Amino acid sequence: MKKQESPENEGLLVRRIQDGTVIDHIAGGEALNVVKILGITGTTTESLSIATNVLSGQMGKKDIVKISNRELSKEEVDRIALISPRATINIIRDYKVCEKKGVEIPDMIEGLVRCPNPGCISNTNEPIRSRFTVTQKGLHCTYCDWVITKDLTSHII
Amino acid sequence: MVTRHIISIGDFDRRQIDRLLDNAKRIDAQKYDNKALYGKILATLFFEPSTRTRMSFESAIARFGGTSISVDSVEACSIAKGETLADTIRVVSGYADAIVIRHPKEGAARLAAQFASVPVINAGDGAGQHPSQTLLDLYTIRQSMKLDGINVALIGDLRYGRTAHSLASALSLYHARLHTISPNGLELPTSLHSDLSEKGMEITDHDAITDVIKEVDVIYVTRIQRERFPDSASYFNVTSSYRITPELLAGAKKHAIVLHPLPRVDEIDPRVDLLPHAKYFEQSRNGVPVRMAMLLQVMQ
Repeated sequence: MKKQESPENEGLLVRRIQDGTVIDHIAGGEALNVVKILGITGTTTESLSIATNVLSGQMGKKDIVKISNRELSKEEVDRIALISPRATINIIRDYKVCEKKGVEIPDMIEGLVRCPNPGCISNTNEPIRSRFTVTQKGLHCTYCDWVITKDLTSHII
Repeated sequence: MVTRHIISIGDFDRRQIDRLLDNAKRIDAQKYDNKALYGKILATLFFEPSTRTRMSFESAIARFGGTSISVDSVEACSIAKGETLADTIRVVSGYADAIVIRHPKEGAARLAAQFASVPVINAGDGAGQHPSQTLLDLYTIRQSMKLDGINVALIGDLRYGRTAHSLASALSLYHARLHTISPNGLELPTSLHSDLSEKGMEITDHDAITDVIKEVDVIYVTRIQRERFPDSASYFNVTSSYRITPELLAGAKKHAIVLHPLPRVDEIDPRVDLLPHAKYFEQSRNGVPVRMAMLLQVMQ
């Protein structure tokens, strides 16, 4: 058990990457949603490794996502906070961790989530991206005032 | 320059509302410059039918010496050809000094404000906001009593009625107590109910208006739309039990007032029109000074 908790043994599950981003401490079971938030699909070019429900001393179970040859921007990183606020981001260059940072819940998210209100102007052919402010209650649509309080991932575009 | 828009009553704080209503009162007393907006053009873009709102905005600009332009119908305009609202707004911004918009989609006015280079006033966006109606509702109440701490009954379709939602939010700034009376399925949305309660507003739901008629200062009636009911029989059944009559008002406070955003259908007995409680035609007339104050705020 203890061996699985130490970082050097993560290689047993997922290979180390030379360059790119490792997203660690993702809440157990949320890795695929993190991938979805980052817009990575079967047709994008990233080389991706995912470990789910890895035993963690701190969290019980956690997920890990490793993306080769792509360094995530702050905006991308902060979107992850919406579903996994304890996630940590490691930027890897030549097998070494060059930057390590936490995620911050953003004040505003654009173009990530579709407004569930069918009558909202953001669900039409207008040249706008959906826009939500992040509040304690949930995501607040700045166009129609609808508030998404639960099941955020099912609304991701 | 920051462009000023009026999109939602939620964008106002109490001080700003009071100031606008004070200005409307001065205008109502004919204390205004009738050339204040001379040479200015107001575009009225109504993508949904309107009688009172549109005409009162047109009357408001005319009384300040300005003029208004509009399209006759949605069918006649470029939206029907597939143009986006964003493009329409950018184009109309070049023709007018301010835009008044009514649109069936919620958030349309917010979008218009994003793309306009002139001030935008929301005249109703779907089931969303209708701030000029709320301001004239408050103005009408204020003509009869102080807004602070009053008891207000909201009656009718409280689920889809945007005027009731906006008014309830605005009244929360004045520590009013709310009494809601609505048919099953047309109650105040839960999210709004909890928002208002969190702001400290006292809200009580009642089965019948007779339960609270003795307590309330304002009876705000909204139209129950026939299409919300499966058949005419159930519609008539419900509307008859929510009808305001002289007999009902016999038990009301002497100074209590009855308001309705109009048009009414069967919600208020025509005999009520003759009683001192009836303020809905006054309310409709107040649309002009209140909208004049709004135009002055964004166009001057």
